[in-house]
This record gives sequence, structure tokens and C-alpha cells, in this order.
Amino acid sequence: MASAPTEPDLLALATRVADQARPGEQVEAFVARSTSTSVRAYGGEVESLTQASTSGVGVRVVVDHREGFAYAGTLDEATVQEALEEARDNARYAEPDEFNGLAEPDGVAPAELDLWPKGLPEVPTADKVALALDLERATTGRDPRVQGVRVAMYSDGLGEAAVATSTGIRVWDRAGTSYLMVQALATQDGETQIAGGLSVGRELEDLSVDEAADDAVLRATRLLGAAKPATQRVTLVLEPRMTATVLGLVGGMLNGEAVLKGRSPFRDRVGEAIASPLLTFVDDPTDPRSLGADTYDGEGLARRRNELVRDGVLQGFLQNTYTGRRSGTASTGSAARGVSSTPGVAATALAVAPGQGSHEELLATVDRGLLVTSMAGLHSGVNPVSGDFSVGVEGLMVRDGALAEPIREATVASTLQRLLLDIAAVGADLEWLPDGTGGVTLVIPDVTLSGT
Amino acid sequence: MLDQDLIQRTLAAALRTGGDLAEIFVEDRASSNAVLDDGKVEHLTSGRDRGAGIRVIVGDTTGFAHTADLTPAGLLEAAEAAAAAARSGGGGVKEVALERQHAPRPHEVAVLPETVGKGEKVELLRRADAAARGAGGAISQVTARYGDSRRRILVANSDGLLTEDDQVRTLLSVMAVATGDTGMQTGYQSLGRTVGFELFDRYDVDQIGREAAERALLKLSARPAPSGTMPVVIGPGGGGVLFHEACGHGLEADLVAKGASVFAGRIGERVADPRITLVDDGTMAEEWGAFAVDDEGSVAQRNVLIQDGILTDYMWDLLRARKEGRPRSGNGRRQSYKHLPMVRMTNTYVLAGPDDPEDIIASTPKGVYVAHLGGGQVNTATGDFVFGMTEAYLIEDGRITEPIREGNLIGNGPEVLASIDAVGHDFAMGSPGMCGKDGQGVPVGDGVPTLRVPALTVGGTA
Repeated sequence: MASAPTEPDLLALATRVADQARPGEQVEAFVARSTSTSVRAYGGEVESLTQASTSGVGVRVVVDHREGFAYAGTLDEATVQEALEEARDNARYAEPDEFNGLAEPDGVAPAELDLWPKGLPEVPTADKVALALDLERATTGRDPRVQGVRVAMYSDGLGEAAVATSTGIRVWDRAGTSYLMVQALATQDGETQIAGGLSVGRELEDLSVDEAADDAVLRATRLLGAAKPATQRVTLVLEPRMTATVLGLVGGMLNGEAVLKGRSPFRDRVGEAIASPLLTFVDDPTDPRSLGADTYDGEGLARRRNELVRDGVLQGFLQNTYTGRRSGTASTGSAARGVSSTPGVAATALAVAPGQGSHEELLATVDRGLLVTSMAGLHSGVNPVSGDFSVGVEGLMVRDGALAEPIREATVASTLQRLLLDIAAVGADLEWLPDGTGGVTLVIPDVTLSGT
Repeated sequence: MLDQDLIQRTLAAALRTGGDLAEIFVEDRASSNAVLDDGKVEHLTSGRDRGAGIRVIVGDTTGFAHTADLTPAGLLEAAEAAAAAARSGGGGVKEVALERQHAPRPHEVAVLPETVGKGEKVELLRRADAAARGAGGAISQVTARYGDSRRRILVANSDGLLTEDDQVRTLLSVMAVATGDTGMQTGYQSLGRTVGFELFDRYDVDQIGREAAERALLKLSARPAPSGTMPVVIGPGGGGVLFHEACGHGLEADLVAKGASVFAGRIGERVADPRITLVDDGTMAEEWGAFAVDDEGSVAQRNVLIQDGILTDYMWDLLRARKEGRPRSGNGRRQSYKHLPMVRMTNTYVLAGPDDPEDIIASTPKGVYVAHLGGGQVNTATGDFVFGMTEAYLIEDGRITEPIREGNLIGNGPEVLASIDAVGHDFAMGSPGMCGKDGQGVPVGDGVPTLRVPALTVGGTA
């Protein structure tokens, strides 16, 4: 592992690139470096141990409102210089767009966030190996039907990034996370079910082997015996993690880029009710509880809290510098990027405002429903332009307020617009997920479940 | 790409504290991309990624480290990190002698992408955009993407293997949005081959644009998909993803070994109708999943997985093949030097069968005809899969009638495979795909003739 990164070298490199801007030219350098360790345990042995460090730089040049971009997967000065020249050359072939241009400091103060796990860089690799081995042992030792895992893994990442522009941006920050992930195989009467469990945090001490193992074992075993249900109308009960997945899709439609290009079904709906009045959700990267918390966005502007839907009414869209300018608003600090891409727009810490009632209390109100515990085919079954929604689901039927038999090989179809408007209850059981989103239990009546 | 002496020294360093096998994978990838969106060429991107991944195998444990620093010092550091990660016990110096091997290339590349001017690449996008917009007044948005990459790899290991490959891929895709009474509908079409810019001498970019637009326009007038279980006929070339998902993943030896596949322990058994022969073929010239050697240095192969309905073999990488004491099958692939290789598909397809495609449709009183499937996903442990339909129609009284839109198909791999009751004689390869597994994406191809599944669940709203 590299020693804990320090500010000057990355920011200095970014600044050296940005300072080369010629008259009439804007130059931005986004420089990132990360280290990670990942351990996979299998059959009581270390299956693989990966130690990795990656770094790279993305260079954006805007000249005469034309934009060019190039990246290099190294911080080697000569290669970085080549990337700058390539970006300049690429700009010549792009068409001018009056809204092109780099971010400028906008006066929003960065949130005071403590995202750096101080202890993690000092943890010996042997402790990480032990956690992965413990995780496999714990998962296979809980239930006679769970004799194996597909993977039991410990993984962490420490990263730092700097942005410097010729327009006056100079920022640097660092963050780290770690997680445990296991996929348990439950077998009974020749049938096998697989399901995953997770535990996520920043420091090693935040992780719980028991939490991940219990979760995986419960999820895999409760699907044993699952059969295809009859086609019917049901009340859907979404677990917090399913809610987070669905709202992640909605978040993608509230993206200023999709809106500008006429690709969002919500594009003309600001100020209108797009969801049940029970629903409020925000993208708040300044909330330290979210693993998506972040100090600066991909263009070096301070991250901020953006309320997207309040009491069912659409409040606005997420923007980066370009989409903000072109839509006549401003960046919401939502530029998303890696080293190898120009800034897009994305939510990083979407969360639902908790409502009323625990998961169990909400389930108890459902006469005839389906508790959805996993969804498949989201990338093919959800149309982000029309909002049409058709996904494969697994879960447990709900009868008279109680969980009943497991089902599989069924689909749920609707539109995201319809699902949002039909929400009948929002739970208080906020759960933070590894991707930074926060979900609660949702109840949505009268949805088509297709089976036999 | 790297001096032979330096490779030998690096491998020796990786084994300095013991180990069964050390491997170095060097990659130098240059890419360029251009996007035309909303009527404008938005930006061009150039990228360069170069580095090495080193792994050391000791018993069942693999140590892996990677670096972007290809200097002797950088490689030595990575070799030591990989060795330490493998926690190897015994010591000793191991001499590594390398013998260079030449693998036949599936085909030659005529025009390397770096020799083509950026203006020419951008011009293709303008043509595709114009063709899509010209397909109908309801076309409201068009996104056209061009991408090329040249990926040079070198693989060497302490068994003495030393081999290289030079992989060129070129892709053009168009997404069109049509706006009408039913809201916005999208259509997508792509063209990709493992060749250079000569691709566009042979294929018409205008046609890609038009086809994307036509799919979007068709969906404007389409009815919502039905829901329930019904016969599904899949058109030639449009449904290879069915086999990729429904059985391909389950035939990957790493998943089989862990009991995470419904096909574990079934070699020699009948798993499908005798009309079904399934092949995975990395040698298929120009197809999206083709290469000369895989990412572990194995020569690409054509592997028959299911012969006349009987399961004949799984797909193998170095690790699994070594453990089982059998030859590898050329299926060890990785996304980049930053990733460990694992068992992956290449070009996966079902051979043409005996049936007349028109008869297959005519003998289906009521069902769905899928001209193109979208992306899919499978749970390999249960075999349950889901995928989307990007172009589909109703079949009524043995005839293809109205278009339908959206809706996933869901089924169970082994059940579907066993139940297929018609296989056409009209084989075609499908669109270039990107297959994801454990967070790594690799390019793959697929193909099928017309075929019929007597009962699949269609998840529509009607």
C-alpha cells in the first residue's frame, strides 16, 4: 500500500496542467489516485488477494466554445503532457456550443466532512484476510442448508482527487470506504438459491461479519421452494434496498442532461405533483451518513443538498456547469466523472425522507401483496426515456399482513410515473446502501405481477 | 512491448519466495471516441491506458498486483506485492525461460484507427444522424457514437509461455428517440467488429441510423406488451443473448466448480432438443468476441458446449483447467491489466437447425415474435433469467401482426433449453455486446437461427 496521500503533489500536478492555458483557452485537469485491497475467501483458503493502485488524469480544453478531452491512465508527466495536446487537437473537431465552458468558483462553501478513514491505511493485510475468512466461515456455519458461498470478500478503497482549472478552481479531497460482501448458496432437495449480504463502512471497525452473513443466509434460505406465481394484481411492498434501486432510476430521469435533450419523462413537470404527497426525496452528498458523501463534484464545485421531490411535487433537476448554463439555472454541484470521461450529471446520495411506520407495521397493512426482495433485468427492462418499467422479481407473497410462500420467475410491469403516484405508504425504516443511496419500505397497490 | 529479459526477471522476482506459477500481463490500450448528440458533435475523447498485472499462484491462492509503471523498478514492486499477497512459503530461485509462441490471428486488420483522421470519424456520425432524422418527422433526438480501440497485450508466465496479441475494435451506434401520442420511444442499432476503419467500406452507416429510427417509430404505434405465459418465437440474430444468459454463464467452469450453476455435474446428459448445438468460438473472424489469444495467453478456440442436445463441455480458464488437469479452452479473459482473469464467453451461438422459419411462425397460433432482444441477466444458481425486448410483435393466427413495446421476458435456462421445439435454418449473428461478470466487462458476440420457446413469461402491462 502507498502511504497516506498528501495534498500537494496531486493538486500541484493538476495546477501545472491548468496553468498552461493559452490566451482564449480554458484548461481543466482532473487528477485522481487510489489504492485498494481486495481479499476473496473460498473453501477456507484465500482464493485471491489483490493489491492495486491506480492513477490517471483527464484533461479538458475549451477554446472558441469547442470542447476536447483526453485522458491517460498514469501520472507520468510526459504522458500527461500528451493528453493536454490531444485534448487541444480534439477540440478542433467538436462543434462550437455557446454554453461550453469550465466551472468557475460559485461561492458555495464546501461542507465540513470527515470522509477519510484514518485507521484504514494502517490496518495490516493479515487482518483483512482474517475478515474475509471469518465471513465465509460465519456464512456457512449458520444454517445446515447453507454449505457454501460463491464468494466471500473483503474490499477497501482509498482515493484522492484534485481539480484545477484556468478559471480559478483549485480543490483537493480524499475519502475511503471498506466493505464485506458474501453470496451464500442455500441448497435443499436439489434446488439452489443464491443471495448476497453486505456490510459497509469507512473504517474496518464499521464492518460486521455477522450482519453480512445473517443477511445473505436469510435471503438465500427464504427463497428455497420458490415457485412461479399465478398472474395477478398485487400490492407491492418494496424493501428499502429495492426502493433505493427504483429511486435511483427516477434520479437518473431528474438529470439536467436528460431533461435538456428531451429524454426525461419529467422534463416539463417542475412544480407539478409527480409522486404521492407522501414522498420527499433529496440528493444530499453533504449527509455524512451516506457512503456517497463528497466534498466537491467532478468540476471542483462544492457539493450541496438538492431537494428533488417535496411532498410529491417536483422541485427541480440536478445540473453540472454546462447543463446549468444551458437551462438558465446553475450547477447544483452534481458533476459526475471519472478520469476517463467528461463530466456528466448524476446523483450521488439520493435518499427518501423517512415516513411513518416500521417495515413490519407496513407489511401488516397489506391483505394480498408481494414483498419484493430482488429485481433483475433493470438495465433492459426500464426505459429511462419513456419510464416504462418491466423487471423480473423474486420475493415473498404477503397474505393478511403476514409473509407467505416465496416466488420466483415472475415480472412486474408498470411505468415509473405510475408507481410514484400510487405510493400508499412510506416507511420510517431508512437504510443506507453501499452505493450511497438511502431507502425505506414503500407500499404500492394494484400492480400487475405476471407469472403463469 | 516489453524486453524479454525484463519479463524473465520480473517473473523470477514474483517467484522468489516460492509459488506454483507467476504470470505477467502487459496491456497498452489506445482509444478514441466521438459523440454526436442533439445535432452537434459534442466532444472527442482520446485515451491511453498502459500497465501490467502480475499474479502469483500458490496452491488455491492467487496473489495479484498491478501497476501503470512499466519500468524495471515498477514491475519489481508489483511482482513483490503479488508474491507477498500469495503468502508463498518455500523459497528458492526459479529460472524462467521463455519461448515465444505465435498464435494465428482470426483475420487481418486493414486500416488501423490511429491512421484515420478525426474529421473522417466525425463525418460518419453526421451521416448517421442525418439518416436517422430523415427516417420520419417524429424523430426528436438522435445520439450517435463512434468508438475505436487498439489493445495490444503480452502474456508471459513461468511455464515458459510468451505470446502477444493486437486487438482492434471499431463500433458505431445510434440511439433515436421518437415522440408521439404514446410519449417518447427509443430505438437502438449498432455495428461493431474486431476490425479497423475498413468496417465502413463494407457497411453502410446510413442504414444503422435508419434502423435505429425505424425501431423508435415502430414503437410509437406499438401496443403495450401482453402479460402471461405464451409461445415466443425469436428471430435470426436477434436472440443470441438468450443463450448467453440462459445457459452460457452456467457453463463457465468457475461457477460450475462452486456449485453456483444449474449445469454442474450434467456433462453427457441431454439438456436440450437434439436440434440444438451450442458453440463458443473465439476464432470467429471479425466478430465482437474474437481474438488470437485470450488474456492468459491461450490460443482462441472453437468449443462445442452442447452437441445435438447433449452437454459436452464447460468453458475453462487457466486456474480451473490446471486444477482439473485438463487443457484450457481459450476462455480466460479480463477487462484490463487491472483485473484478474476469469472464465468468460467469446462468441456464443446456436447452429442453424432443420426447420423452415416461416413454418415456425405459421404453426404458432398465438404468441410473441421477438426480432431483437435487449440486455439480460441470469441467476446462475437457479438458472432464472430476464431480458428485455427491443423489437417485438404479436403473433396471431400464425402471422406476425402488430408491434408491441417494452416488457421483459423471464424464464428458466435449463427449462427453456429443454423445451425449444423448433430451430430454423436461417442463422445470423447479432449485435456486438458487452458482458458483465463480477464487475468486469468484456466484448462478446452471439448468434441464433429462428427458434421457438413454447412457453415463456412475458412481463407486459396489457
